[in-house]
Amino acid sequence: MPPDSPPAAVPAPDLPASTPPGLSALFVAFAKISLAGFGGVLVWARRGIVDQHRWMTADEFNETYALCHFLPGPNVVNLSVVFGSRFRGIPGSIAAFAGLLGPPVVIMTILAALYARYGEIDALRRILAGVSCAAVGLLLSAVFRMMMPLVKRRDLVALVLVAAVFVAIGLLRLPLAAVLLVAIPLSIAITFAMRRRVPA
Amino acid sequence: MNSDSNSILTLGWTFGLMSLFAVGGANAAIPEMHRVAVDVQHWMTDKQFADVFAISQMSPGPNVLIVTLIGYAVAGVAGALVATLAMCVPTAVLAYCVSRLLTRSSHSRWPAIIQAALVPLSIGLMGASGLILALTSDRSWIAALVTAMSAVLAFATRLNPLWLLLAGGCLGFAGVI
Repeated sequence: MPPDSPPAAVPAPDLPASTPPGLSALFVAFAKISLAGFGGVLVWARRGIVDQHRWMTADEFNETYALCHFLPGPNVVNLSVVFGSRFRGIPGSIAAFAGLLGPPVVIMTILAALYARYGEIDALRRILAGVSCAAVGLLLSAVFRMMMPLVKRRDLVALVLVAAVFVAIGLLRLPLAAVLLVAIPLSIAITFAMRRRVPA
Repeated sequence: MNSDSNSILTLGWTFGLMSLFAVGGANAAIPEMHRVAVDVQHWMTDKQFADVFAISQMSPGPNVLIVTLIGYAVAGVAGALVATLAMCVPTAVLAYCVSRLLTRSSHSRWPAIIQAALVPLSIGLMGASGLILALTSDRSWIAALVTAMSAVLAFATRLNPLWLLLAGGCLGFAGVI
């Protein structure tokens, strides 16, 4: 291809070949992702953004997700905002945010109203008790999955930090803010010191 | 009316502040939600908290929407909306600003260090969530067994989590738990 060809005809090499989505496309895509996501939306976000629409490459998606994971708050909500802004600025953020949260919030509010009215019915109480037992198991398995890399690396310092936060929040029931205001600076200082001692 | 707008205000600042400390996502903030909703504000009982957790896990949408259910229990539809927005908007704005900042100076090593430092903290928080929810949900040894089975199956297989929730619901309906 000659170097003086019109730039509009040349797809950027590191971007997936697709037109950037418009506002309504962002809203609809995130609404679909959200409504498909029972018990975790991330898998569907990856499927929709990378595989289906090709709006991002897998690497770009991982980088964006890593950023949203280290920021506080619901990860997928953060992802929708960062993703929307990348294509359409602040309006894009709002469209993706509204798509992700609008429809499920409507469903959740209806369920909340039903629960407020019928929550005392015995059969429903028994079903919910059963579901919550299983859901706690799912949460525990996610914790084990996240811990496996630390165990495999024999990362003793990290495991001690895990245990300390677990005891402070789970057993002592201390307020979250107080615990994190101590734990975050401590953990950053330790991580920084370890990386300086062992380069790479 | 006055107490209603008071409780909406409380919902707003409680969840708005909490979202900024939800390191590792919504499930990491569950111990704090439980502490505030059950122990401090007395918005709901232990059993109701376990119920709304169950509902939020088997409904579509991000897990953070447990706050929609808590908000509704406190102050109806307005409470549901305020709680949801308070939990999602502050960190969304933060995410937007940080992502703008990072595209400008992308070669700093601090994001990687901070990220690595936060991983153990968020695992500890999720573990605490598991413990607190297990204590509220597992009132019998059979219930604890169901939780353990579900944890093992989810860990060892690629089974869709929805099947495990469904199985739990069936066992509950049958009166086993």
